Amino acid sequence: MIKRSHFVLATVLSLMLAACGGDKGVIGEEGDAGATGATASGLSEGSDTSGSELGAEMEQLLNTNKIYFEFDSYNVDRQSQRVIEAHSQFLIENPNVNVVLEGHADERGTREYNLALGERRANSAAEIMIAYGVAPGRIQTVSYGEERPAALGSDASAWQLNRRVVILR
Amino acid sequence: MKNTRQKISFFVVLMAAVLSIRSAGAVLEIDITQGVAAGIPIAVVPFEYRGSDPPPHEVSKVVGSDLRRSGRFETIAHENFLNRPHDHTEVEFKDWRLIKAEVLVVGRVIRMALDQYRVEFRLFDVFKEQQLGGFRYDVSGNKLRKIAHQIADFIYLRLIGERGAFDTRIAYVTLQVIDGERNYLLRVADSDGYNPRTILKSDEPILSPSWSPDGEKLSYVSFEKKRSMVYVQRLKDASRELVASHDGINGAPAWSPNGRTLAFTSSKDGNPEIYLFDTQTRLITRVTQHHGIDTEAAWSPNGQHLVFTSDRSGRPQIYRIRRNGTGLERLTFEGKYNARAFYDPNGERLTLVTNQGNGYRIGVFYLDSRGLHVLTDTTLDESPSFAPNGAMILYATQQGGRGVLAAVSSDGRVKQTLRFQKGDVREPAWSPYNQKL
Repeated sequence: MIKRSHFVLATVLSLMLAACGGDKGVIGEEGDAGATGATASGLSEGSDTSGSELGAEMEQLLNTNKIYFEFDSYNVDRQSQRVIEAHSQFLIENPNVNVVLEGHADERGTREYNLALGERRANSAAEIMIAYGVAPGRIQTVSYGEERPAALGSDASAWQLNRRVVILR
Repeated sequence: MKNTRQKISFFVVLMAAVLSIRSAGAVLEIDITQGVAAGIPIAVVPFEYRGSDPPPHEVSKVVGSDLRRSGRFETIAHENFLNRPHDHTEVEFKDWRLIKAEVLVVGRVIRMALDQYRVEFRLFDVFKEQQLGGFRYDVSGNKLRKIAHQIADFIYLRLIGERGAFDTRIAYVTLQVIDGERNYLLRVADSDGYNPRTILKSDEPILSPSWSPDGEKLSYVSFEKKRSMVYVQRLKDASRELVASHDGINGAPAWSPNGRTLAFTSSKDGNPEIYLFDTQTRLITRVTQHHGIDTEAAWSPNGQHLVFTSDRSGRPQIYRIRRNGTGLERLTFEGKYNARAFYDPNGERLTLVTNQGNGYRIGVFYLDSRGLHVLTDTTLDESPSFAPNGAMILYATQQGGRGVLAAVSSDGRVKQTLRFQKGDVREPAWSPYNQKL
């Protein structure tokens, strides 16, 4: 199980690196904490203090602050569920920390539908956190629809990176 | 269907980037990418100008451009003209028969005083040797383009038998990214893209402008408070009001035909549903009831129905419902994605975004036959709206990685793109008819 999740994580990370290393521009945005390079996936503020308590896998899950979705879908896949659970665990252990879940869509289809889709994605993540025991009042969701792409370009690799929920603490 | 298409394409002449309407300092270029060979041949003689300084706008040029853009007219090149009359006393009909003009437009602009102009024009049937109409207007310089659009509207009505939509406006959103900073502008321009004015400036996204039926207000979605909320803004004095700022998303505003009610989407009750906001009583009523996505409401012209996008079947499709929430009916079944429907002024057709497996394109859905006709062949088309006469559909698409506006005749035969000089252009909405000069 650990092996498998490491493999998936590595895939996600290499995807991100590939996206950043290619000729595709990555737009920096306040939501995607420091999203201007490979650092987008790492080094969120909380990890310094809690790193010693957590296993390596937990730390890596916590350092992942984006989960990705299939086209026109708000289903959270298994690996993303583990990411959300790790963040939920962190929230439960740190009751003074709140979370914002930002839902995004790729550019295909209509803007208003994508605004709704982004919200459904953020809500999907929120529901998992609530099921895990995080108080609903500590979770805020916001949808940017297709308005804030993480990757520019009109191809499958950009679209894949743009269908996401960003977890912000 | 295939047969019809082939017949249509037989009449269509592809003129990629042939006709380009430019002027010094123009904010945009209009490329007619596809025209119709069967347009009425019309000669628009450059209007005579009587005055010292050149006029601020060339009226006859605007008239000619409008008529040509409609795809219903073929404007004859000036160099073919044998003479250049300016009123009925100077017209020799045989000269115009020789160059195969069926219709002739002549006129003059006279400078009466500082910023005061008199515009006169006459329209002739060349074969009947008859005047079909003529008008005189006294206006200030900044109204010259408007008068030109009204002249084009008059000619269109007289010869096509339908009201023209040249003297109307469009609203749209531009995005420029300068040094990583986003700059969104909500703008209103004449129907040909000239005379753009900024209505709202923001560093956060602006979406979905919707015209009030009197053309005096715009409703839109702004993220200026870091999430989507619906505003109503009066164009005259820029006064505005926040009308939907509920928890969750707020979006997709649409004015009822009588201007009293605003339909909008909100997820305040847990998931995106359609609501009605009564601008007089301030009361909100819920129209849809489903745990899926319901959004993008548009009103039927009689104000009795709403069409909207819902993914309740698993994929976005168009549904129709009475404004009181009864009579729900699914309309579209063709294609895996149908969204953002908009009624034509007669209530007989919808224009929408459709994906039949080869990209997001603009389609027309016929409510009686339930037939869906795809009009465009690009892949990222969005935000279609009918001109107030139903003849053209304005939409957003992408060209060279950049958002541009485009228009297609509702029969698909005439296509044009409006290219602005800078930035990304999106979210167009064609205004209703202007109520006053």
